[in-house]
Amino acid sequence: MNVFDVIQIAISLLVLLLIGPYLGSFIYKIFEDEHLLPRFLRKIENGFYRTCSIDSKIQMNWKTYTVAMLVFNAVGFAIVFLLQMFQAYLPLNPQNLPIVSWHSAFNTAVSFMTNTNWQGYSGESTMSYLTQMLGLTVQNFVSAATGIAVAVALCRGLTRPQGKKIGNFWTDLYRGTIYLLLPLSILLALVLSFEGVVQSFAPYLKITGLDGIEQIIPQGPAASQVAIKQLGTNGGGFFGVNSAHPLENPTPFSNWLQLISILLIPVSLVFTFGEYAKSKRQAWAIFSAMAVLLVVGLGVSLYAEYSGNPLLGGIVSMEGKETRFGIANSILWSVFTTSASNGSVNAMHSSLSPLSGAIAMFNIMLGEIIFGGAGAGLYGMILFVLMTVFLSGLMVGRTPEYLGKKIESREIQMVILGLLLPSACILLGAGLSSVFPVALSSLANQGPHGLSEILYAFSSAAGNNGSAFAGLNANTVYYNLALGIAMLVGRFGVIIPILCIAGSMAEKRQAAAGSGTFPTDSALFVLLLIGVILIVGGLTFLPTLALGPVIEHLLMVQGVTF
Amino acid sequence: MKNHLMTSLKVLGVFTVLLGFIYPVTITLVAQGLFEKQANGSLVEHGGRIIGSSLLAQKTVSEKYFWPRPSASDYGCVPSGASNRGYTSKALKQAVDERKARGITHDLLFTSGSGLDPHISLDTALSQVARIVKSRHLSETDKIKVIDLIQRSQEERDFGIFGEPRINVLLLNIEMDKTFSN
Repeated sequence: MNVFDVIQIAISLLVLLLIGPYLGSFIYKIFEDEHLLPRFLRKIENGFYRTCSIDSKIQMNWKTYTVAMLVFNAVGFAIVFLLQMFQAYLPLNPQNLPIVSWHSAFNTAVSFMTNTNWQGYSGESTMSYLTQMLGLTVQNFVSAATGIAVAVALCRGLTRPQGKKIGNFWTDLYRGTIYLLLPLSILLALVLSFEGVVQSFAPYLKITGLDGIEQIIPQGPAASQVAIKQLGTNGGGFFGVNSAHPLENPTPFSNWLQLISILLIPVSLVFTFGEYAKSKRQAWAIFSAMAVLLVVGLGVSLYAEYSGNPLLGGIVSMEGKETRFGIANSILWSVFTTSASNGSVNAMHSSLSPLSGAIAMFNIMLGEIIFGGAGAGLYGMILFVLMTVFLSGLMVGRTPEYLGKKIESREIQMVILGLLLPSACILLGAGLSSVFPVALSSLANQGPHGLSEILYAFSSAAGNNGSAFAGLNANTVYYNLALGIAMLVGRFGVIIPILCIAGSMAEKRQAAAGSGTFPTDSALFVLLLIGVILIVGGLTFLPTLALGPVIEHLLMVQGVTF
Repeated sequence: MKNHLMTSLKVLGVFTVLLGFIYPVTITLVAQGLFEKQANGSLVEHGGRIIGSSLLAQKTVSEKYFWPRPSASDYGCVPSGASNRGYTSKALKQAVDERKARGITHDLLFTSGSGLDPHISLDTALSQVARIVKSRHLSETDKIKVIDLIQRSQEERDFGIFGEPRINVLLLNIEMDKTFSN
């Protein structure tokens, strides 16, 4: 660690802390303040509703909202799937790339619809420009907007006076996309392309290098896709090696902008929640818990990576890292991208020290609630908040309540469901895969690191993260299907319980806080919340982590290789 | 249900045109207009022809050139790739030990994340001077020139803060060829 490492980390955290509250309040107004935007934008918005036969005045109950969201996602899936199956016969395919295999196409369509952006393929040699644009870029936007919509619907359910309605999915989708994601993406895409991210429709360029050896220089509309990939916490790379690729992330400054973009909307949404709750303190309580977990994980990860690799004489390892980023930016990115459900990488996670890899994995396993994905982080965290409120209620013997509304058995059932389904997917998937020969033949590393590869893959899929210990050859029928299912359960197995909670909380009467109310904006609550997160995450995953990265660390210290 | 289906199709139709077509095409037009060089891959011309991208390491085997960091994908761009070897990987240890045995040091011991890392650190560049001087039959004065060239070609941290100081291998090699053409 040197002073520059500290300055870069401090600046990154500080900038997020400064922008978050303002952008959060703006996001609230996007959804709730009809008079925020100039008249011509409202006219365009109304024109969109007319074109799509949407009645923007209709407020939906949770079931209608859920069905609209599900149908929209299903259609999105179908479009991405079909584009891949027919790309060879469609325009904008200068490399004449063939059609994608059905199982890879299934996996990728699920992956981009669920905001996971897990990639079993390598973009530059698999996807035509048309598929990247019409399929993947569009899903980058709308999957993030879906997450934000669900989070906003939950906020309404928690804070609206007694009723049944939690909003209109179509208007939420439109406003999140057009007023938030699109303007930020345009801005970021232009700066990135100035920094050197390619943005062209030219075919790949074949050149003869200085030393007389041929090289193919890839092209493509990358900047426009990279911008939304970061802002929408998607993470799917235009190129196979993602944000380590110099044409996708050319300079330390482009790296910093992308890094900030990963957490920008997730951080802001915490403050959007504060606006809905009409209490900045409630937002700061959640923010504090997230920030503590982020900083502690970052500290452990930096310490582990700077300790060097004893098997190579203790040198700090640059394997899988880029010179322009160095150690600090690689670790900072690995922590940000796994805290958020982003999953883009600027250094290869598989080549990180065992404990740094463990932090990345643990961040994902906790459900990506450390700021988390666009919308997904906030609603995932609220599951833990409700759990904490419930447990503290049990401890003091009072009916638990949150923001003046009672938490009862139906909500807690949904909370448990939302917490358990992804966890079950991770443990069952990784468990089964570590005995199936068809699954084991994909491993690149032996020993405990091999188990970590599998564990990471299922965590990444169920957590809708998308990063990988990329030695694992996941582009097989088995992994494409198994991970595809994990992504679906990890996404909708949380969203549906969340919307159900939104619906049932909306129906509850708001009562003023009484003497028996356990305050949820205090330091004590923050500590309890962190405790619950660590206990739930810890009890669920520590045994498997012990078999993977932890034992790898211990064996590494003893000098064992595999 | 049927209403939702029709609405979904229409919404996705509009969004596909807007976000999947108008958005990337507009960004492309603006980027091609304002920063054409960057938008096309930061291509480098030398001796009247395009010899690469300043952002991509290219395979360099001649002793007279500075070498970029090793590449798990052999400097291939289609597809790009990394080694993904973990800390306890025997293959990683063997590869690093074998490079050490050949007298290689610093960042050149490790394959990069992209396999296309265009940069090396100052120390890594300096560690190659002896080989290059020998291969190009340079004098002691020329050796000082080489070291001076290396130091002058170091790019500092962005805005003095972000990232690491670094040296672009391709651009340095071009400067070398220009300076020591005979």
